[in-house]
Amino acid sequence: MSGDNILEVQNLKVDIPVTAGMLHPVRGVSFTVARGETLCIVGESGCGKSLTSLALMGLLPKTAIRTADRMDFLGQDIRDFKERRMAALRGVKMAMIFQEPMTSLNPAYTIGNQLMEVYRRHISKNGSEARARAIFLLEKVGISAAASRLSQYPHQLSGGLRQRVMIAMSLMCGPDLIIADEPTTALDVTIQAQILHLLAELQDEFEMGMILITHDLGVVARVADQVQVMYAGTTVEEGPCQAVFDNPLHPYTAGLLRCIPVPGKAKRGSKLGSVPGIVPNLVGDLQGCMFRNRCAHASSICETLSGEPTRIDDGHAFTCRLTPEEAAKTAAVQGVA
Amino acid sequence: MTDASPSSQPSLRIAEEILEPSPMAKLRRRIFKNYSFLIGAFILVLIVSIALLAPVLEASGWIQDPYAQDLSKRLNNPFWHEKKFDADHILGTDKVGRDYLSRLVYGAQISLLIGFSTMIISGFIGTVLGVSAGYFGGRIDMVVNFIINTRLAMPVFLVAMAAVVAFGASLLVVIMVLGLFLWDRFAVVMRSITMQARDLDYVKAARALGCSTPYIIVREIFPNVLSSLTVVATVEMANAILLEAALSFLGFGVQAPTPSWGLMLNEGREYMFFSAWLLALPGGCLFLLVLAINLFGDGLRDVALERER
Amino acid sequence: MSETALRTVDVSCVFEVSQGFMKGTKPLRAVNGVSLNIPKGRVVGLVGESGCGKSTMANILLGLQKPTSGDVMSGDSLYYGQQTGYLDRKKIARRIQPIFQDPYSSLNPTKTIHSIVCLPLRIHNIGDPSKWDKKVYDILDLVGLPKRVAQSYPSQMSGGQRQRVAIARALIMKPEVVICDEPTSALDVSVQSQILNLLQDLRQELGLTYLLISHNLAVVEHMADRVAVMYLGRIVEEADANTLFDDPRHPYTKALLGSVLTPDPSLGVPDTHLGTVFPNPIDPPSGCSFHPRCSECMDICSKKAPKPSVEGGRMIECHRYQTNEAEVA
Repeated sequence: MSGDNILEVQNLKVDIPVTAGMLHPVRGVSFTVARGETLCIVGESGCGKSLTSLALMGLLPKTAIRTADRMDFLGQDIRDFKERRMAALRGVKMAMIFQEPMTSLNPAYTIGNQLMEVYRRHISKNGSEARARAIFLLEKVGISAAASRLSQYPHQLSGGLRQRVMIAMSLMCGPDLIIADEPTTALDVTIQAQILHLLAELQDEFEMGMILITHDLGVVARVADQVQVMYAGTTVEEGPCQAVFDNPLHPYTAGLLRCIPVPGKAKRGSKLGSVPGIVPNLVGDLQGCMFRNRCAHASSICETLSGEPTRIDDGHAFTCRLTPEEAAKTAAVQGVA
Repeated sequence: MTDASPSSQPSLRIAEEILEPSPMAKLRRRIFKNYSFLIGAFILVLIVSIALLAPVLEASGWIQDPYAQDLSKRLNNPFWHEKKFDADHILGTDKVGRDYLSRLVYGAQISLLIGFSTMIISGFIGTVLGVSAGYFGGRIDMVVNFIINTRLAMPVFLVAMAAVVAFGASLLVVIMVLGLFLWDRFAVVMRSITMQARDLDYVKAARALGCSTPYIIVREIFPNVLSSLTVVATVEMANAILLEAALSFLGFGVQAPTPSWGLMLNEGREYMFFSAWLLALPGGCLFLLVLAINLFGDGLRDVALERER
Repeated sequence: MSETALRTVDVSCVFEVSQGFMKGTKPLRAVNGVSLNIPKGRVVGLVGESGCGKSTMANILLGLQKPTSGDVMSGDSLYYGQQTGYLDRKKIARRIQPIFQDPYSSLNPTKTIHSIVCLPLRIHNIGDPSKWDKKVYDILDLVGLPKRVAQSYPSQMSGGQRQRVAIARALIMKPEVVICDEPTSALDVSVQSQILNLLQDLRQELGLTYLLISHNLAVVEHMADRVAVMYLGRIVEEADANTLFDDPRHPYTKALLGSVLTPDPSLGVPDTHLGTVFPNPIDPPSGCSFHPRCSECMDICSKKAPKPSVEGGRMIECHRYQTNEAEVA
């Protein structure tokens, strides 16, 4: 199967020197993305999910230090790529979609201009070819009257349309991997569903890999093939989507799932579950399981836990002192309560 | 095994508590890391205290009367010359034999007085205009913008010279003219910052609580624009000091025999090639003071405005 | 049916929007003839997408939206039959309080928590100033904050803690109605559930009435007794929560419900069948304002605006259900 993997990352770490010491926002994350597969990285703010994606694209802030045992993209080791080579990779083979469609399009240029610019710079100087591709993709992302839209400016479009344009732009050079960082967070619910639908469709059609970064478990459940739940810079649980949602093993995953009101399941007005406490400070030497201060099952073992994941089957793994049986039991018990 | 008590590791146990130091503590920490602020503040405090203590220094004999002329000791050299040096006048004397050191010290007084009063007057005018334009918007904003544009269309220097000609040259006229003219930057900055603050939810919350408009402006918005105000104020103070020196140099500012650095530059002009220190000393003082204020203001911006982030 | 605490009768709010230099202004009907009842002690959810006028509604109810030059406000907003537009703002403030979406901008960064929470008491001069301290500590305790936070500043706190402070500020005067404008949208999932639980507890303890404004249907479903769905300044469907969620009728309500992503991996991404056109509120579509996006659009929809039809505590504004009723009648 590994021949099919577009991206393989092992033990990715990001360290940022701050005044109080060394901040460790990403502390050893590993994953692979296969062609046609969607990997969702989910976690709350400050868990390091956005920095992980920036680290992949080589867009970290200047002071940040990135280390990894392995970072292979399309068979190439991209760890030591200089900015020039990374830039050539970004936008062509590895495209990204950001949260704010408002700010990620340049208001001073027309949409057509911005769409064709990418193509002309990386693929071919031929203007009419670029134009044809732009119109083709705008139609693909469901924008009507595509040819006339090319001469419009971003401010003339609504948020949903802008995000569609962003998606079209990311597809201009036929990428192999799309990294979408909270692509629907700024959008209305109905538009969110449409955009996710569109992304899934396009991914199938163009056989791309996708990394979707989000905090919304609903989004994850609906679009992911593989899920990585991140907490405090580490992966606490990973596995196929169905397995993780049906059988959440890490207390954090289980806790998160109990936090969201589910229409039709939770009784109206009943207490929602919660994960008390806040995310720990990630500065300095860190040891053990970082979730232990919020965990109902913490014990003294957790202070020195190595962080080796417990693997179950078909890729489902979690990092906790509990055995899979214990974990499943505690998750189920609290799920009922 | 459901041990519900949180882990005993201290660094993690206090996660529920407030970990962040208070804004004041952070401010203090930043101040002591900001060298430009510290250096600026040090020089500024030094100059201000010398200027304020001038009468005391004079009474205790450290410096002499800046107005006392002694025609027998004209153009004495300062201490680094061996010839024509008099131990009574460490920095020499000017063309009518007045002690140069005490004139420099009293000149600092004048410069700071003008800089400070100008800053207060123009700061008041600019803040009132800017905050009201920013808070109320609409018509008031239009009117204030018109006033700002009118003011920007007037050349400060020429108007100042005209005013001095019309009302006669004196310290008060210089202060009034500069104070009434240097408020534009205050108004522009205050307007935009107030506009941002006005739309924040805490202002809306205060309105929903039934707070009166003056209360909201003074108690809710003003503390949040204060740091920007002080930064503009330092810049404008330096600006006013330089303008006063220029006006005095041209003879349109403070009049002789008042010891003003600009005036001293003017008086020393004829001796430029023979006694360069007559120009170098007041020029150097001016440079040092303005540099200190700007370092201080720059540092202040880094130190104080970071708090909002 | 319990007493009505707050209600609006046919309120409209029109803003004059500048069309650019020398192009004059055009009216934007942010709220267009909305009648809403908020019964005492209940939770009413107001749902809609951004730009549908739900925040303007909140401002009108709080008495913050005043007719300024060019803007027209008509209709009545009534607090126990008294018009809020004519009530003294301080009187409204004691009875109706807001909780805002963004806990990062709703607290003044230059003030301590104590002074923020105490502000309502000072403004309204409630009770003996020597007892204010105790009141502040009591309310902080009620919203689950330890005493020692009182001397801290907002910048030292997390989003959830800040939202608790905002709730404490809103509740210290013991208001009757609390208008929660997206109270949890800016918070993380685990914090969101804590705040929702807190709001539930406080409602029971203090007998509060909530207007819960949100775009998150799952949250509204969980909290509200009655739900109103807003689209382009109009309420298009209003019913008891059970009725509305079990049997949504208006095509827009259906689409909204269909877009809720429950964490259920066996379901795919829903297709809402809503067009990609988002109508311009300055130049709304003719007839029913929803018809360009509607999957059940009929001929009449683009020509005539539907009238609200009421049937057993349920209001709906759609031609599909009007014809039925006309036949029945």
